[in-house]
Amino acid sequence: MSTDATAGRFDVPGTPVFDGQTSRRGLRMNRMFMSLRSAENRERFLADEAAYCRDSELTPEQQQAVLDRDWQAMIDLGGSIFYVYKLAMMDGRSMQYLGGVFTGTTEEEFQAAMRARGRRDG
Amino acid sequence: MAEVIWGLATSHVPSIGAAMDRGRTEDPNWKDLFDGYAPAQAWLAEHRPDVAIVVYNDHANGIDLDIVPTFGIGTAERYRVADEGFGQRPVPDVVGDPDLSLHLLESLVDEGFDLTVFQELDVDHGLTVPLSVWTPDPGDAWPCPVVPLLVNVIQYPQPTAARCYALGQALGRAIASYPEDVTVGILGTGGMSHQLAGARAGFINPEFDTMWLDTIGTDPVRLAALSREELIRQAGSEGIELIMWLIMRGAMNEQVARVHSHYFLPASNTAAGIALFDNRVPQPA
Ligand SMILES: [Fe+2]
Repeated sequence: MSTDATAGRFDVPGTPVFDGQTSRRGLRMNRMFMSLRSAENRERFLADEAAYCRDSELTPEQQQAVLDRDWQAMIDLGGSIFYVYKLAMMDGRSMQYLGGVFTGTTEEEFQAAMRARGRRDG
Repeated sequence: MAEVIWGLATSHVPSIGAAMDRGRTEDPNWKDLFDGYAPAQAWLAEHRPDVAIVVYNDHANGIDLDIVPTFGIGTAERYRVADEGFGQRPVPDVVGDPDLSLHLLESLVDEGFDLTVFQELDVDHGLTVPLSVWTPDPGDAWPCPVVPLLVNVIQYPQPTAARCYALGQALGRAIASYPEDVTVGILGTGGMSHQLAGARAGFINPEFDTMWLDTIGTDPVRLAALSREELIRQAGSEGIELIMWLIMRGAMNEQVARVHSHYFLPASNTAAGIALFDNRVPQPA
């Protein structure tokens, strides 16, 4: 089974395309992220993150990415940004913080780039 | 018969709703955006429809990835405002119009658009922010009942731009065949250019957005010809949401009159656009 089924369709540099294969890989992790909308689940998650990940049937790699808050790895392992963002919000992180992570800049630098009319191609 | 009286295209960025909810519309980072909405809001206040159709997408709030309907329609009497993880927005729940929903559903299925039916649905910022852009101070109720029309823009393959435009045209016919004499406002939401993940996160393309804003009223067929790849390349992986504007536009007449438009950036990571069109203008013979 290919884990990189987007290869060969089209490639836009620096642009993850959340497709069916990615969504298959990430289904359980994304479902877990969505569960964090409720305060009760957030409490349970924070009480024992590893156990919550195991109960949610994440793969060991996905669990590690979540425990490490390795946002790039979560995306690579099938996370949809809208779902990953639920975990970031719980941590008090903004979408600009995540933008900084994905682009190798700080949140402030990323925000400054957005205020300067956004980032452009190459 | 029912008649579409206007179409409103608008971004649905969550931070726009948050800025309104927290009274930050005069903040220097936001003022130009909200000033840009004012002329549209004034016109809309004078042209209140009996019912509105909001074309939008959910963002991990009302539906999850267990089921990914390409197109869907709400048929409920009431839609709760979703708790997206930080409490509900302090805005009214959305009252539905099940009779119109079921008429649209039947008509669209007959035309080959096999929509998924949502008998229950929590609506997220994708639907409530456009309602706020239209009506910033709704009090305890939105101006009219609302029919939600959902589009998958999150998981590839999204419907093509051409298919969205065709759905809009079928929607226009479905509205026209509704036996009740009601006026309809239609909202196409999402965009404009933005990308949230990847090394290209933060990507904005003002030239593309300007072209889109200039063209949606006059030559939607040209926009409907854009491929998914082209849309993702030009507007960013999340900017592909703009296909939902084409559903709105397709439901309108061939000739529409632009009432107002405005472009602003950034609304957090997104270029925010608004375009309001009057549908009651003379048509070519
Ligand atoms: Fe959206």
